[in-house]
Amino acid sequence: MAASFSRGGRESALLRVLWTAVKILATVALTFLGLLVVTFLIGRVVPVDPVLAVIGDRAPQSVYDRVYVELGLDRPLYEQFWIYLQKVLAGDFGESFLTKRAIVDDIARVFPATLELATVGILIGTCFGIPLGVWAAVRQGRLADQFVRVFGLIGYSAPIFWLGLLALLAFYARLHWVAGPGRIDIAFEYSITPKTGLLLLDSAMQGKWDVFANVFSHIILPAALLGYYSMAYISRMTRSFMLNELAQEYVTTARVKGVPEWRIIWIHALRNAAVPLVTVVALSYANLLEGSVLTETVFAWPGLGQYLTNSLQNSDMNAVLGGTLVIGAIFVGLNLLSDLLYNLLDPRVRRQA
Amino acid sequence: MSAMTRHEWLLSDRPTSRRQARLGQAYRTWLSFRTNWLAMVGLGIVVALVLVALFANVIAPYDPVLGGDLRTERFLPPLTGNHLLGTDDLSRDIFSRIVHGSRLTLLVVVLVAVIATPIGLLVGTTAGYFGGWVDTVLMRITDIFLAFPRLILALAFVAALGPGIENAIIAIAITSWPPYARLARAETLTIRDSDFISAARLQGASSARILWGHVTPLCLSSVIIRVTLDMAGIILTAAGLGFLGLGAQPPQPEWGAMIAAGRRFLIDQWWVATMPGVAIFIVSLGFNLLGDGLRDVLDPKARK
Repeated sequence: MAASFSRGGRESALLRVLWTAVKILATVALTFLGLLVVTFLIGRVVPVDPVLAVIGDRAPQSVYDRVYVELGLDRPLYEQFWIYLQKVLAGDFGESFLTKRAIVDDIARVFPATLELATVGILIGTCFGIPLGVWAAVRQGRLADQFVRVFGLIGYSAPIFWLGLLALLAFYARLHWVAGPGRIDIAFEYSITPKTGLLLLDSAMQGKWDVFANVFSHIILPAALLGYYSMAYISRMTRSFMLNELAQEYVTTARVKGVPEWRIIWIHALRNAAVPLVTVVALSYANLLEGSVLTETVFAWPGLGQYLTNSLQNSDMNAVLGGTLVIGAIFVGLNLLSDLLYNLLDPRVRRQA
Repeated sequence: MSAMTRHEWLLSDRPTSRRQARLGQAYRTWLSFRTNWLAMVGLGIVVALVLVALFANVIAPYDPVLGGDLRTERFLPPLTGNHLLGTDDLSRDIFSRIVHGSRLTLLVVVLVAVIATPIGLLVGTTAGYFGGWVDTVLMRITDIFLAFPRLILALAFVAALGPGIENAIIAIAITSWPPYARLARAETLTIRDSDFISAARLQGASSARILWGHVTPLCLSSVIIRVTLDMAGIILTAAGLGFLGLGAQPPQPEWGAMIAAGRRFLIDQWWVATMPGVAIFIVSLGFNLLGDGLRDVLDPKARK
């Protein structure tokens, strides 16, 4: 009796997990569909005539009419959307007006640069943000707390492209501490064979440390800048999670038992705060994509952000919408990942699921 | 009555009229707001922004668009002659341009708030009040808009609509309403089943009347706090669009566009790009401080 009861309980728990997974997948699919509708509609309200973009404005009317039909513009809007949907799902975002190449290839080429920048950025942000947040929580209301708060507020308030320009002016032009705009000096450009597209990783794997040093001195400034912005957010959230944990009774118990204070803070409390922090870090990783558009423009970083703004300035709509869609998809993916990680890491949530 | 000072009248715990009670409540909020000096600094900055924008013609010593002598007055460093912050590549006084640029910044902030807040309130209260499939559909749409990073979506919209400050404002407004809708929905869910809503319904009030007259006012304060907290982000997004050449077009003295224009001369004439950035920084810091302070006073749950 008891055994069958528990088996029934386990089965229904499994069903519930499956049901949750189906619900999450349906939500994600709907959101992706929505992203597609938005980019499709944006593409349709563009004042640029898509036919003229293909054939130029000197082609005769007969060519215009033919291309008009070829592009499917004579069909009803929902049919056009259906075609667009099929193409995107097949990985076809169209051809770039500017580079005359498939947008997917263009994006695959520039993406590693953004990935590398954002990853170094989030590493910097996490490594500084969490200790700062813990420090602020432990010294709540004291000078250290105010310092961390103001330090973060400056990050929230300063335009990232302006700070980037100031950083270039100070550390590159005046102090010569770091290398300037770009990813790598031209002299080193072809000295490593691209494998992952992440230059730091490639040069380290091939043992070319002079290249590594050059790449590092290029990436450190923009990455530190992005890292500063995510640090502002991460430290603020860490502070509030830690304040929450430090007020719990198990902390008092540990103190009464005579556990050293550093152990209580860094082992007992921080471990419990770590679960929501994973979500925060994943979210700020997604936000770095947004910051990277402006940062890449300032630092001439050949990544997705620069590709997007270049296409924008040349009204290359296919490329703009392709880039927007990719960034939106990554954003949704990271949000989903942070949700899943939260469910995996928190035993309380896991038991309920 | 005459012996009572205004302070006592406002703080009276036996208000004799609805007006006195309301004013008293506002006065108490103000008193507690005033103790937060950082928030007061923020308020000061925002008030200063409004004043500068109103009296830009009086404050600015030069014309923001017409430059001086191109042979002798280009790139004057700060504090030369009458040019407090120096001049740019077209011999225009940077201080005057920043002062006039405050009008554009204020315009963006006010218009985005005026467009996005009602949309968010309408969508959120409707979704929360009716529930069911209305709720599901509206919240899915909201989630889709939240799924794009804000600047990227605004970029795509501006790309479609064409550059210009009006289109930048529309694009930012389109991307800012979803968080307000979420918030308004959450608030509505907590009050939807209250007795006073049932009472209003029993009296025959229409759904529109309940939404507008009873639900919306209660959602307003938390949404306003959120809007204030978002102002800094709105300013930064607008400046970012301007920096990318998609916002206000030259010769309009928009701060982000000014930084972009000064970028070419950064190494030798650092002040041209730096000064407008200082203005953006101060104003968005002001809104951040004000928003933090307002949240502390009006939303005791968030106080830590």
